[in-house]
Amino acid sequence: MAVTDAPAARVIGTRLLRKEDPALLTGEARFTDDLQIPGALRMAVLRSPFAHARIRGIDTSVAAGMPGVVAVFTGADLRDLWAAPMPCAWPVTEDMKNPEHYPLAIDTVCYAGDGVAVVLARTDVEARDALDAIDVDYEPLPAVVDLEDALSDRVLVHDALGTNTSYVWELHTDAEAVERAFAEAVHTVQERYVQQRLIPMAMEPRACAAVPQPFGGDLTLYSATQIPHILKVMTAVTLGLPEHQLRVVAPAVGGGFGSKLDVYAEELLCVALARKLGVPVRWVEERTENAQATIQGRGQIQEIELAADADGRVTAVRVRLLADMGAYLQLVTPGIPLLGAFLYSGVYDVPAYSFTCTSVFTTLTPTDAYRGAGRPEATYAIERAMDALAARVGLDPTELRMRNFITADRFPYTAPTGLVYDSGNYEGALVRAKELAGYGELRAEQARRRAQGGTRHLGIGVSSYFEMCGLAPSRVLASLNYSAGGWESATVRILPTNKVQVVTGASPHGQGHETSWAMIVAERLGVSPDDVDVLHSDTALSPLGLDTYGSRSLVVGGVAIDMALDKVVEKARAIAAHQLECAEDDLELDAGTFRVKGSPDKELALAAIAFAAFTAHDLPDGMEPNLEAHVTYDPPNFSWPFGTHICVVEVDEETGQVDVLRYVAVDDCGNQVNPMIVEGQVHGGIIQGLAQALFEEAVYDEDGNLRTSTMAEYLVPAASDVPALVTDSTVTPSPTNALGVKGIGEAGTIGSTPAVINAVVDALSHLGVTDVPMPASPLRVWSAIQAARHAGGSQ
Amino acid sequence: MVRLRVTVTVNGTAHEHDVEPRLLLVHYLRDVVGLTGTNVGCDTSSCGACTVLVDGESVKSCTMLAVQADGTVVTTIEDLARDGALHPMQQAFHEHHGLQCGFCTPGMVMAAVSLVDENETLDEQAVREGLEGNLCRCTGYHNIVKAVLAGAVAMKRRPRPWPSPTPRRRG
Repeated sequence: MAVTDAPAARVIGTRLLRKEDPALLTGEARFTDDLQIPGALRMAVLRSPFAHARIRGIDTSVAAGMPGVVAVFTGADLRDLWAAPMPCAWPVTEDMKNPEHYPLAIDTVCYAGDGVAVVLARTDVEARDALDAIDVDYEPLPAVVDLEDALSDRVLVHDALGTNTSYVWELHTDAEAVERAFAEAVHTVQERYVQQRLIPMAMEPRACAAVPQPFGGDLTLYSATQIPHILKVMTAVTLGLPEHQLRVVAPAVGGGFGSKLDVYAEELLCVALARKLGVPVRWVEERTENAQATIQGRGQIQEIELAADADGRVTAVRVRLLADMGAYLQLVTPGIPLLGAFLYSGVYDVPAYSFTCTSVFTTLTPTDAYRGAGRPEATYAIERAMDALAARVGLDPTELRMRNFITADRFPYTAPTGLVYDSGNYEGALVRAKELAGYGELRAEQARRRAQGGTRHLGIGVSSYFEMCGLAPSRVLASLNYSAGGWESATVRILPTNKVQVVTGASPHGQGHETSWAMIVAERLGVSPDDVDVLHSDTALSPLGLDTYGSRSLVVGGVAIDMALDKVVEKARAIAAHQLECAEDDLELDAGTFRVKGSPDKELALAAIAFAAFTAHDLPDGMEPNLEAHVTYDPPNFSWPFGTHICVVEVDEETGQVDVLRYVAVDDCGNQVNPMIVEGQVHGGIIQGLAQALFEEAVYDEDGNLRTSTMAEYLVPAASDVPALVTDSTVTPSPTNALGVKGIGEAGTIGSTPAVINAVVDALSHLGVTDVPMPASPLRVWSAIQAARHAGGSQ
Repeated sequence: MVRLRVTVTVNGTAHEHDVEPRLLLVHYLRDVVGLTGTNVGCDTSSCGACTVLVDGESVKSCTMLAVQADGTVVTTIEDLARDGALHPMQQAFHEHHGLQCGFCTPGMVMAAVSLVDENETLDEQAVREGLEGNLCRCTGYHNIVKAVLAGAVAMKRRPRPWPSPTPRRRG
């Protein structure tokens, strides 16, 4: 097999600088709003100022006559353009409630920011000017902002549904065993945590442009999207367009973090209006629109209970989750809590587990996938609860974790949920993280400080996590009612001059895939990474694919490339054997050249084979010309990266200020193609998780108005707000793919939030503080201290 | 609609246009001059993606009207790399993996160049504080800080012919 051939020099595992960088560093890269599209009209969307209101009428006449304005449309005007409502691809239960949702509201608006009308004008400024002249007669309705209020059905978000509950989804491994475990437990903890809503705030706002061909109906949609392929299918379905006439291109995309994993109203509007008017239509989001009308993340109330024996061994985990869907179900909104459902028992050997999720509508911006999507939430709950249990049992948090870990000798491990964890060494990551953090000394220092009785308290927070990533086996996704598969496609093509083209169905947006894919090819074929061109993010180049989200690009997309390389090398070997007149088994590939074992002078370079395959003058009988292979890979399992993060904070008792002194992360994503890129992904993720813990929150008032709709109000951390990071890794390859890779895009975010809050609570535990809500602002921390004091914390 | 004449030297080339008084410098650069390397990330001058140099000083080009830039010399990201070689600060971002999606990068690099120009010495804390007006969602800043410190050394080692910031106007 080709995989056993020795490469000339290791490329995989080196810190190769990114191929993507020069264009991005020089301003040459083209983001969607940078595209020059002659004759394009600019679209602007009028958004509801009310969270909930009936539309009694809309007068667009003044706006329509304004300078530069070409057309103004309301939701009712465009109703006939939609063949189907906007898509939700994850109907998690048969009876899930899913309100009809069109790109513009027709009768009722259900969140502040819901679109009610669009203007097309010659310039962006003219389009936005005209918005002010549209007169909408609203009849305000009561807002529903609080999840428990929503659950009560006091006010219905969608009258036609008769309830605010979208679905109830349950996962029980053995209901009786759970009850028994709680009845027999020596220790139990019952915790309640709130996952505040987060605003993704990718640096590049959303943008799109639809460009119709003058004749024949073909149309190209450019969009700042993570999912060109899914967007193409869904746009075709929603507009009743022949799919093959639609091409979707994602130019450079300035961050997505899940928020560009969606089918948005504005994309559909641009396509529909470009077709209707026969001219290009483009749109770019303002930051305030981004905060209101791009999906938001998290939004859950979690109740988690642990049962444990006298030694602190967890015997059961019971979870009840209340999840905020927002006003509508976007593409994968209902599935997000399910992605976490399998992780609430954490990295621990828990025999009995029960999970119930109730999801409700509110009159707020829809939620959907955001940075870890369901998995950070789950990890937060179990890792906070483990600390609560450690306190109850009287054990050091790391000791409690060590007692409960699924040990390294038990992989592959079949969880009570039926899922199989591919590989792991959770103790190894914890031990390494403790070493790097100087855990023992930190505890001694903490004790010293407490004995001295100062007001600046040291806290050490630990979080051991894993994640179900590389979203993946199509059959398992089917069992969760997800409407799409989890496969990925790849083509590898060695050109006549020995340059290589790789076509992937994945759609990178900053992760460095071009470099990583080129490295896989370079290692296997003995070419320079500079000689590998990675083509992506264009449905005309890669007609089928499933795009980039859920840390699937390397573990599904990259593995598909590796498998395509197998096929290409196999074909090249057959040609070499034919031309060298030897058996295929006698050939070994080294540094891009096939050599006959034992006859070092008999050799044929891949470059020559590529040219021979192109000319097709002398190929084995019946062989197709050209060195090219295509693979569509549906992985047999998810992959399960893991790690331990340790956060050290200092909390000022008098002000509630939290300073992060040290942050250590040890992550294990299996083999690493490019450790530099792995670290970069981890860094960004950690800071996002830390930001959830300390800074970020979408704040709504009781009427459903977003109070944090700009970057001046929403606390995106700056360089001065966050610490330098200490990162390291252990390497436990995945046994399910030949590359031994797992996935790293979300790991940092998943591991960090509980580590930070555990540290804050740990700093204050001797004052009687047991929890601090997120984000742990100085006021919240200070209030938690005061509450503990008044509750009898006597210090 | 009132239009005013502005003359701006952008990356060494003089441009003369009639513009609306409300036109922001960033939109002038992107839509009128056609240099789209400078990005718009927010509406509140919070993110710094639109940072350029105006008469050598870093400015968020969404905080300035095009008419206010009349008579100035503006340097954008497109002017840093010369003759196929990256500016030392760009090179440092490349070598230290100081970018991922790259949307904040032009503004971040311009701010970094200016920070180095304005400070004889820089340490980690000074870089973090100096860049607090430029937001990034991908990198967690760890590698950006490393890149700026390395870029500072490289710029001092080879101060010219890398551009720079045209001398400040006096008086």
